[in-house]
Amino acid sequence: MSVVTVQLGQCGNQVAHQLFDTVCSDAQDGQRKTYCTASTERFFRRSSQGDLVARAVLIDMEPKVINHCMNEAAHSGRWSYGDTSHFSQKQGSGNNWANGYCVHGPRHKEVVEELVRREVERCDRLAGLMAMMSVAGGTGSGVGTFVTQGLRDIYPKSFILNHLTWPYETGEVIVQNYNSMLTLAHLYQLSDAILVHENDTVHRICSQLLNIKHISFSDINKLIAHQLGSVLQPALTADSHGGYSRNPLGELVCALACHPEYKLLSVCTIPQMPSASIAYSTFSWPALLKHLRQMLISNSKMEEGIDWQARPPAASERSRSLTGANTSLANLLILRGKDVYSAETGGFEDPGLYTPWLSSGEALNLWKSPVPFNKYEKSATVVSNSRALLRPLDHMVRKAWNMFASRAYIHQYVKFGISEEDFLDSFTSLEQVISSYSQLC
Amino acid sequence: MTQSIVVQVGQCGNQVGCRFWDLALREHANVNKMGEYDEALGSFFRNVDSRNRACGVGGRIQHLKARAVLVDMEEGVVNEILQGPLGEVFDSTQLLTDVAVGHMTYGSCYWEQIVDTLRKAAEHCDCLQCFFLIHSMGGGTGSGLGTRVLSLLEEEFPEVCRIVTSVYPSAEDDVITSPYNSVLAMKELTEHADCVIPVENQSLVDIVSKIKHMSDGGMPGRVIKRDSTIISGEGGLSGAEKPFDAMNNIVANLLLNITSSARFEGSLNMDLNEIAMNLVPFPRLHYLVPSLTPLYTLADVSIPTRRLDQMFSDAFSKDHQLFRCDPKNSLYLACALMVRGNVQVSDLRRNIERLRPSLPFVSWNQEGWKTGLCSVPPVGHSHALLALANNTCVKSRFMELRESFTKLYRKKAHLHHYLNVEGMEQRSFSEALNSLSSLIEEYDHLDATKGKLMRDAARLSIAR
Repeated sequence: MSVVTVQLGQCGNQVAHQLFDTVCSDAQDGQRKTYCTASTERFFRRSSQGDLVARAVLIDMEPKVINHCMNEAAHSGRWSYGDTSHFSQKQGSGNNWANGYCVHGPRHKEVVEELVRREVERCDRLAGLMAMMSVAGGTGSGVGTFVTQGLRDIYPKSFILNHLTWPYETGEVIVQNYNSMLTLAHLYQLSDAILVHENDTVHRICSQLLNIKHISFSDINKLIAHQLGSVLQPALTADSHGGYSRNPLGELVCALACHPEYKLLSVCTIPQMPSASIAYSTFSWPALLKHLRQMLISNSKMEEGIDWQARPPAASERSRSLTGANTSLANLLILRGKDVYSAETGGFEDPGLYTPWLSSGEALNLWKSPVPFNKYEKSATVVSNSRALLRPLDHMVRKAWNMFASRAYIHQYVKFGISEEDFLDSFTSLEQVISSYSQLC
Repeated sequence: MTQSIVVQVGQCGNQVGCRFWDLALREHANVNKMGEYDEALGSFFRNVDSRNRACGVGGRIQHLKARAVLVDMEEGVVNEILQGPLGEVFDSTQLLTDVAVGHMTYGSCYWEQIVDTLRKAAEHCDCLQCFFLIHSMGGGTGSGLGTRVLSLLEEEFPEVCRIVTSVYPSAEDDVITSPYNSVLAMKELTEHADCVIPVENQSLVDIVSKIKHMSDGGMPGRVIKRDSTIISGEGGLSGAEKPFDAMNNIVANLLLNITSSARFEGSLNMDLNEIAMNLVPFPRLHYLVPSLTPLYTLADVSIPTRRLDQMFSDAFSKDHQLFRCDPKNSLYLACALMVRGNVQVSDLRRNIERLRPSLPFVSWNQEGWKTGLCSVPPVGHSHALLALANNTCVKSRFMELRESFTKLYRKKAHLHHYLNVEGMEQRSFSEALNSLSSLIEEYDHLDATKGKLMRDAARLSIAR
């Protein structure tokens, strides 16, 4: 089955472009025919000449980034974007969510939806839609939210996954907390699951684990694409009866988003190291999984500097606050590489990791693939629906609320049709989300 | 790409505008060696053939026409421009000169003519993003007609951003009624502009004399290029320098830097409509104090990082402000750093982290930084920085202005000159004064929060 990707705004287009590149080079590396076929069907179609064309629609309100992506892809020699599957305008949304959501979105609704429909019709079987965007600026967040809403109306039964890039805390856009808040509050009603990457975290991984001195946006995008690829590439699941699973988005949503109040997903991957070091490193499943488990428990996205003191509470302990451990609603563990069937994953079944109202058997799902991913002989990824994003979400809402209390910048949104009431509604629904996640224990 | 139109009003506006076009041509000539009409040039220039037909992007440069509208009440300055070396970049349809005392009379009589000219200029753009209005606050034409044009722009093109560069008179201005003109104009600026970039004559005089002093005096240990590109027009079309050229060049450089991101590529683009979005938290408080670096030390790059970090520090020092004020000792509402040249994101982050502790920001906008990176530096520099600060420090200058206004107004001095003009009433004066007072009050309210530890606003709570 196939996934149609909708890439929105500068960030969304850059990250998605990198994802296609990573997935394509991973699938074509080595001689794994079934893996390659499954991956290709998932992300690409064949042009009449037999070349790979990404199942993607590119949307931005200004032309520069899209032109760049199309050219880069065409010059890769491995894949390209469809000649007519992009849409751009001349003038950006000016960092204003309301401008994107109330003006640009509605104005170009039909063209954009037609592009997506054409791409969907080219799939033999549609697994779902993935919308990729940032939450800080105007186009990705505002137009992205509006487009997601339109897709939800047209495809009420399809899976829709949103991939969001969260800005640096001290960002390059002053109104980023407003834009993020409005985006999240709206998407929470529309999306099946929301997968988040924080720029700050990714930046730290680039600098500390990958040892990159002058970090560029391209380094950041590569890392996000690696983590996403490790989730979305073909794998064997419990229901797939020995073959590669058919619906990555559907099974991801089933595994992780089991309650409509909890939709925020975060990703941890291990190992991550400079590509030059990979050849000189050996990995063992017990060590990888031990680290990954502790990263999950202590809520750190890196295997370096993990808090080894944090532990899940024993059955006798009532209060969790003392142990400092993260609580998950559900986890999806994905293992890829050599000897994957010998890996012992019992550590992730510990009931202490989960809420009491869901048994650990239901809360943990396992995907495996014997094919090494993206040059790593063994790698493990956990996608987690847990309290991991509670803190950054709370920070964002706090800063936006402080600004809102002074009514600063509100007139810029009112100008395009977003009222103070709309802000209050969004704050209310996010406070509800925060409250739900805080109660997760 | 989008396009912008420059509207230059009055003697000062036209002279500054003229310097802007000259330096903009110099800058593009420096980058665009092939002589091709590219999108960058298209943002401020049209390309027409000998029959005045428009040629598209991608062809050779034939005749460049500035996207400008020149407005003045007397023909002197504008004629001089037309006969000068820059004359060719303007055509007669862009000019409005036969106009007669400012806001009321001229505006009403030539209303349609002005609208027509503006519309024509707008029709030449396929995506008009911004109007740049340049005028002075002291004289009659710039302040009166200039602000009238501003409200006209709002009426005719409500969706197009209006960025105004206003040149404020020195405290001892030779126009005796300049406090009246300035306060009357302030009301229009406060109500009708998206942002105003105030520039002060006295600051320009100080900067020019300091640069001249340094390059003449030759202070030991400092290397200053004689042809400081900030004040000289060397390389441009106009040869001989006129008295105000050095000062006008500084303002023109300011405009070049603001528009650089719209004209050239960069790794972190800052679109023109992002300026107001990020820097204006409250609609009336849209006065953005500009500071330009480097001003005094140029082109000598013996110690690169030190020099680069110095550039960031300088942007916050008193003697680099183009408006007489001290932002460091007042309260920041928001701040933009627009960097040009070979500067990386990591340089930006490092300097913001370094400077942040010493700069007071309003409690709800502690992270109120907006940044832009444009890869093309100004001619003759390796890098340059323009900082735009929305800061309560403008208040002190506005209070001075109010004081000199009331001094005249109490005695009703010279009032009859204004009241003779049809449509002008005494009420306009009191309204303008009230508008200025309430603006000052708004800044006062924000200033009052400075230094106090502000607790987080009580959050909405969810009933369980």
